[in-house]
Amino acid sequence: MANTYIDTLTAGLWKRIPPFRLVLGLCPALAVTMSAENGLGMGLATAFVVTLSNGAISALRNVIPSKVRIAAYIVIIATLVSIVEILMKAFFFQLSQQLGIYIPLIVVNCIVLGRAEGFAAKNPPLLSMIDGFSIGIGYALSLTLVGSLREIFGAGTWFGIAVLPASFEPMTFLVSAPGAFVTLGILLAVQNLFSRWRGEKFIQG
Amino acid sequence: MDLFYLAISATFVNNILLAQYLGNCPFLGVSKKLETALGMAVAVVFVTVMAAIFTWAVFTFVLVPYNLEFLQTLSFILIIASLVQLVEIIIKKQSRMLYNALGVYLPLITTNCAVMGVALLVAKKEYNFLEMLVFSSTSAVGYGLALILFAGIRERLVISAVPKSLQGTSIALITAGIMALAFIGFQGMA
Repeated sequence: MANTYIDTLTAGLWKRIPPFRLVLGLCPALAVTMSAENGLGMGLATAFVVTLSNGAISALRNVIPSKVRIAAYIVIIATLVSIVEILMKAFFFQLSQQLGIYIPLIVVNCIVLGRAEGFAAKNPPLLSMIDGFSIGIGYALSLTLVGSLREIFGAGTWFGIAVLPASFEPMTFLVSAPGAFVTLGILLAVQNLFSRWRGEKFIQG
Repeated sequence: MDLFYLAISATFVNNILLAQYLGNCPFLGVSKKLETALGMAVAVVFVTVMAAIFTWAVFTFVLVPYNLEFLQTLSFILIIASLVQLVEIIIKKQSRMLYNALGVYLPLITTNCAVMGVALLVAKKEYNFLEMLVFSSTSAVGYGLALILFAGIRERLVISAVPKSLQGTSIALITAGIMALAFIGFQGMA
């Protein structure tokens, strides 16, 4: 039994890490990762929502009629997202301004609904919350990684601190829109290469 | 004239897909074939405009007068979800042909962040009715344009030799990046 919990907890960090293994939730992964800080903030906000929504949905899974389940899930998720939005405006105003409309858009992030439908609807609350937490943290790590790469090579800074010598010419391409697609595409390719080298089966479709 | 600039900017310069990164999941999902991309593009244009009109009305006439802006997220997603259901039912009853063409794409659109994104942008920028209409329709057309162009490229990608690790989503993302680079070229226009 304890094994299931540990397996679930670690699955989100490598076996199912979004958005690389689980190709869901690409929009925020592309849009807000101009800097490491934005990526981390967005990732943590999503982690909060997916943990609690998984818990709530799993607790209610026997009450919600299956015909209206998607609508019910969306209402639960939207409520949680509104809470995050208000909390962020109160405590991290600057970050919430930078993330802009992408905070309310967590509602339509496929990861949240995907985990609700794929995991929370079939498993008990505690296990579902662990799954949500692990997927959420995995997502936060991925977004921070993408944000770090784009910020370091695109602006020469990391979390706002200069890390590369002044002689380094920042590749502005990476912080602009096309750079996001290319960075993520290359990271996916590296991940595929690593999986093939380890002889793992492809999970990603 | 301002409306004209707004239209050009929404379609090309601030293309909702390639510059604002909204609606990427269906973008990568349905762009494997030109035919499905076309169906999706039409469905997105239709739903986005409808959703923008309804959410705009609710936002201006209900949420703002009663100081309920914090309910924005919740009400918008509910409007969009029920609207999509309603459209599906009406189309099914009224036009079999249209239903066969769009039916499969409609449920997918609920979780398309482009629809919700346009609604949120309209509310954030406080557009009036006419501006909202122009902005939402041209944004959606821009989305459809990018989707159809990309599907065309992807159809050719299948028959070209791509390194094994880059196959699938990876090369699709890099291609989208190059396309986004091309769209940056429109920046001088508006």
